[in-house]
Amino acid sequence: MTVPSNVIRVLIAKVGLDGHDRGVKIVARCLRDAGMDVIYTGLHRTPEEVVAAAVQEDVDILGISILSGAHMTVFPKVIDLLKQHEAEDILLVGGGVMPDEDVGALKEIGVAEVLLQDTPPQAIVDAVRRLVEARGPR
Amino acid sequence: MPAAVSSLDLVEPVLAGKPRAIARLISRVEAGEAECRPALEQIYRRTGGAHVVGVTGVAGSGKSTLLDQLVLEARKSERKIAVIAVDPSSPFSGGSILGDRIRMNELSLDPGVFIRSMATRGAMGGLARATHEAVDLLDAGGFDLILIETVGVGQDEIDIVRAAHTIVVISAPGLGDDIQTIKAGVMEIADIHVVSKCDRPDANKTLKELKSMLTLGFALRGESAWQIPVLATSSAKREGIGELLAAIDRHRRTLDDSGEMEGRRRVIARTRMLKTAENILHDRFEKQHDGKVSSLIERVVTRELNPHTAATELIAALKSEP
Amino acid sequence: MIEPKQALNGMALEELEQQIAEWERNELAAFLDRQPERKAEFRTAGNIPVKRVYTALDVADIPLEDIGLPGQYPYTRGPYPTMYRGRPWTMRQIAGFGTGADTNRRFHYLIAQGQTGLSTDFDMPTLMGYDSDHPRSEGEVGREGVSVDVLDDMEALYDNIDLENISVSMTINPTAWILLAMYVALGEKRGHDPNKMSGTIQADILKEYIAQKEWIFPIRPSVRLVRDCITYCARGMKRFNPINISGYHISEAGASPLQEAAFTLCNGLTYVQEVVKTGMNVDEFAPRLAFYFVSQADFFEEIAKFRAARRVWAKIMKQRFGARRPESMRLRFHCQTAAASLTKPQYQINVVRTALQALAAVLGGAQSLHTNGMDEAFAIPTEEAMRIALRTQQIIADETNVTNVIDPLGGSYYLENLTSTYEREIFKIVDYVEENGGTIKLIEEGWFQQQVADFAYQTALGKASGDKPVIAVNKYVDPDERQDIELHPYDPETARRQIANLQRVRKERDNGKVAQLLERLKAVARDESENVMPVTIELVKAKASMGEIVEALKDLWGTYRENPVF
Repeated sequence: MTVPSNVIRVLIAKVGLDGHDRGVKIVARCLRDAGMDVIYTGLHRTPEEVVAAAVQEDVDILGISILSGAHMTVFPKVIDLLKQHEAEDILLVGGGVMPDEDVGALKEIGVAEVLLQDTPPQAIVDAVRRLVEARGPR
Repeated sequence: MPAAVSSLDLVEPVLAGKPRAIARLISRVEAGEAECRPALEQIYRRTGGAHVVGVTGVAGSGKSTLLDQLVLEARKSERKIAVIAVDPSSPFSGGSILGDRIRMNELSLDPGVFIRSMATRGAMGGLARATHEAVDLLDAGGFDLILIETVGVGQDEIDIVRAAHTIVVISAPGLGDDIQTIKAGVMEIADIHVVSKCDRPDANKTLKELKSMLTLGFALRGESAWQIPVLATSSAKREGIGELLAAIDRHRRTLDDSGEMEGRRRVIARTRMLKTAENILHDRFEKQHDGKVSSLIERVVTRELNPHTAATELIAALKSEP
Repeated sequence: MIEPKQALNGMALEELEQQIAEWERNELAAFLDRQPERKAEFRTAGNIPVKRVYTALDVADIPLEDIGLPGQYPYTRGPYPTMYRGRPWTMRQIAGFGTGADTNRRFHYLIAQGQTGLSTDFDMPTLMGYDSDHPRSEGEVGREGVSVDVLDDMEALYDNIDLENISVSMTINPTAWILLAMYVALGEKRGHDPNKMSGTIQADILKEYIAQKEWIFPIRPSVRLVRDCITYCARGMKRFNPINISGYHISEAGASPLQEAAFTLCNGLTYVQEVVKTGMNVDEFAPRLAFYFVSQADFFEEIAKFRAARRVWAKIMKQRFGARRPESMRLRFHCQTAAASLTKPQYQINVVRTALQALAAVLGGAQSLHTNGMDEAFAIPTEEAMRIALRTQQIIADETNVTNVIDPLGGSYYLENLTSTYEREIFKIVDYVEENGGTIKLIEEGWFQQQVADFAYQTALGKASGDKPVIAVNKYVDPDERQDIELHPYDPETARRQIANLQRVRKERDNGKVAQLLERLKAVARDESENVMPVTIELVKAKASMGEIVEALKDLWGTYRENPVF
């Protein structure tokens, strides 16, 4: 068996108080089945916990799912924390239910991609690969 | 951190214990990048201070929860603690879902704690290939206690013995035949036995069974200076954790005082060297001699060569290399 | 021609078999030759294979008494003998946002529109037991539901609403016992007779561990809180439903309709076991156990699911628990159309989806119904979306005449066969769970969660491949669609107002008394044989906040951490 080099590492987190994890679980499974390492930190996490974990795990992608409507509070905080940790090469991806205008606003402040409900599994895998490739080696 | 910083430039921050640098280098080792070898060379010379503890046990024994509490307990004395949690990769896709952090989330915020999840990526034996080097990086980074949580124990997942100074084996009550599994697989490797979930009524039975097995001669690894303890813990009631930490510390002192530590370091060094050599050969066959391997496979399948002769030919091909 | 009645005796069945065989050889074969069917095999949304056509043969094995009559054991055809001929179902649109006063205004609007029951959605901090000024509440106060910290909020929420004459439902789980305490305190203050106050708290904690993941404490102390709510209400609030055993969230988490029904009944019987352990007679509390199911897209499967759930529950209560009162055996349920079936693209068509799901709920004999707003794939619904959703129910009730005849689809070969299949499959799952250590053990082992995750994953793959059509998402997509939708606005001042109010209450109350009561709460909680309700009622009257009450018990019990499955 060869050592797979440059396996993409993704941390998937639920930040905030809602427990809707149907989406993140499907995403985790799709990414694993596409050969990636997926670190799952579970429900009800804080931005601080998630960013610290992303740094220690040295992930390529930090995926945060929120269905509680608190995305405009949480994502700016996460972006700030990534900057504080000098970890801006970790790409932030949002998921969940949110209005289109918020999606635009989030991309403006530095969220690399937003994948909404019902994004097909292959599209998620493709998006992750595309983002990591575009970022290049680090 | 700017993109693509050289690994040698990361050595200094690693030695200063910067999580970002340690984490980065672990990834490069995992990816098998040759670029990081000189940096690791420097790092290795600065290791040897940490106490490396392997924690293993069947699935459902509450390893991660117990580790969470053990780390909290150890942090009371200001020691820096690292946890490496190893989980299997999917044999189908090579990917993995690593969920051990869930039980240790609050620890993430403690700057004196570093947790890293590793997938086995095809390695057998319960550890990932890069586990040893991750330990080096954390050791050099000033972590005093490094806990390696292995994949749940089966019979042959006992590489941990040759990676750690102290082995803790966790059993839990009510897991049915699993005591049998432990007997067959890892009973022999424990320096410390823990029965978790001792708030449960059936825990006493498990404790008794374990103790009687030990007296029946399964204590093969116990040096004369060390009496293998059987400890009861309860994560729910937060009981027995202090005792476990004390036993771990006591074991290290016993190793040091008896000179046995030297022997264990030798075992680790030998294993790492041989295992690495094996891996290097393996990778060369896969990467540089793929054509040769394929043609030999054909000849073995058609019964033209036997596998042993084919293997000798492969080695010969290596020798002709620079 | 063969009459169905005749088909029930052996000779006629043989004739029927012959007739079918001939039809297959002649009419059918010739037709298939010319035009094959669309698929080799047809299945329900829940993946149960269905036949081309059903006949009397497919119902011949069903005992007539299993189908029975409405209001009669095993209640397949409905819990009551007159059903909607007596009174239509309760139209209960859920509402909740902002502060108590904000939601109270929406309640009065809905009552003015003809709604007949109230249903309250709480914000995430209230659901999870955090006060509005807790750091974890940031950004979530009053957003997805109404914010309740102290008794004053509850007073504002139900201001000017007659709690003896309109039933109030509260969607609340790990903190349900605190809201029940507030409700009791509020009723007392207004001089209501607690035995006349009707309403429901959801309080179904087991499905939280399986599906919705709103939990605080570990499983066993959480189940004890539920037990305390049930026994308290059985003794002093005779018209109140202390639990709403819910399949809805299990379905929304991705379960099949079969899993939804079976897992819900597993949870139900676990609560019964827990209460019976306290020595209470099953007929003393079982009549007030209420259920809550989703109505999904597969029309006949949903109706069969509702009918089978009633039949299975009746049999479990009678046969396993020895219930004697009919009220203990008849399953009553609230129903909500499936939020997860709604789409963002071409969102207006959600009205049609919802109407069909609502019709299935009515034909399945629901006691109360919530129809989703068409904009719920974006945010919580606007007033306009709620009005249309309510009108949907009113059209079914007043214009279609489906309410004239009870269980009008009863006797359909297909439906009766599917109902019996559902009964059989539900019992298989219930028995499996019992044989493998029971519901709580299997939750701890992640068994239910794995089943749900697997079906959810299959569904996601089906949507991606197009095997599972979703109009506007993978079929009939409109690439040029431009959405002009007005969303329910979030008032950023909500949190500030709510926190100011909470802090004022904390200043004005007797803090020594609160501290003393919190200690008493812990003492009561430590003793399994006691009931936490009385001291909690005292606490909310003394203006203790929900967060303070929860934190006190976290000290004692710790919090739950899940072992996730994928």
